[in-house]
Amino acid sequence: MKFPTRPVSLGLLVLAFSALVFSRAQAGGGHYYPPVVDPVVKEECGSCHLAFPAAMLPAASWKRMMGELENHFGDNAAVDPALARKITAYLVANAGDAAGQRYSAKLLRGVDAASAPQRITALPQWVREHRKVPDWEWRHKDVRSKANCTACHADAELGYYED
Amino acid sequence: MSASGYVQHYSAKVSDIYFIRPIKMFKSRFKFAQTKVAVGALLLLSCLPFAATAASLEAQLSQYAATAKAANPGFAGFSAARGEALHTRNFASGKPDTPACTSCHGKDPRSAGQTLTGKRIEAVALSVSPSRYADPAKVEKWFKRNCNEVIGRECTAQEKGDWLTFVGSR
Repeated sequence: MKFPTRPVSLGLLVLAFSALVFSRAQAGGGHYYPPVVDPVVKEECGSCHLAFPAAMLPAASWKRMMGELENHFGDNAAVDPALARKITAYLVANAGDAAGQRYSAKLLRGVDAASAPQRITALPQWVREHRKVPDWEWRHKDVRSKANCTACHADAELGYYED
Repeated sequence: MSASGYVQHYSAKVSDIYFIRPIKMFKSRFKFAQTKVAVGALLLLSCLPFAATAASLEAQLSQYAATAKAANPGFAGFSAARGEALHTRNFASGKPDTPACTSCHGKDPRSAGQTLTGKRIEAVALSVSPSRYADPAKVEKWFKRNCNEVIGRECTAQEKGDWLTFVGSR
């Protein structure tokens, strides 16, 4: 009996392709960041701006940020110490470099976690992904700030940033 | 054959009416009573946050009044008009991108505002956001932050009372 080379190789090709698509879909094409689910963290970090997903920064960044809340990008965002500890624990547990975290490999590529970067919008991958956004769009009255993710990413609050 | 078959069929219909219908009616009545209770409970529950807010807002205002009186013996109560003036005034002493309360809260207290990063802020008017001032600690937290941003210092008890009276009247 002749070995059915063509059907088998075709079948393997289809399988390989769908596996690739599936893995991309699972990772959201690298543009999915699980939103903050803890109600306290959501309230405290999400009143002035979108509660940015913990996976967008490494743990060292969150630790430094939570220690400098009196000068939080120019604002005093201090919270009482017990609350700060609770928020820090959540952010560190879900940070981009936390164990088991698989959503932010791309965003944190080339980032030295020890340098504890503070601005998500200054991460090299963030800059690269947004390089085609013209200046006037950033200045648009519905955008105004690079921290205003939802202005363009309609489903940012759900964790999706691909559009 | 066909006649007896018809009778049988008919008698089955009669038993339907006599036995099943009353049970169904009883069931539906029972359901109706349940619905009434549920609606009543819902109505009561929906009033609760409002009542809680009114009470805690009153308590907070009287606390501010006591502090204001201690600071100024001539204190003669809070004024919604002064609160509105504070709300709309442009200060030069705070952060330049937020010179007034209205920078983020908007000119109309009954409509929603927006932070500089585009986050929606619920309307400040009590009539629009009845549960907004239910937690005194939260009210204090935001007075502290926002007064520092806009005016460059913490607000006095008089200012806080005036402002709460203003939004409470809207």
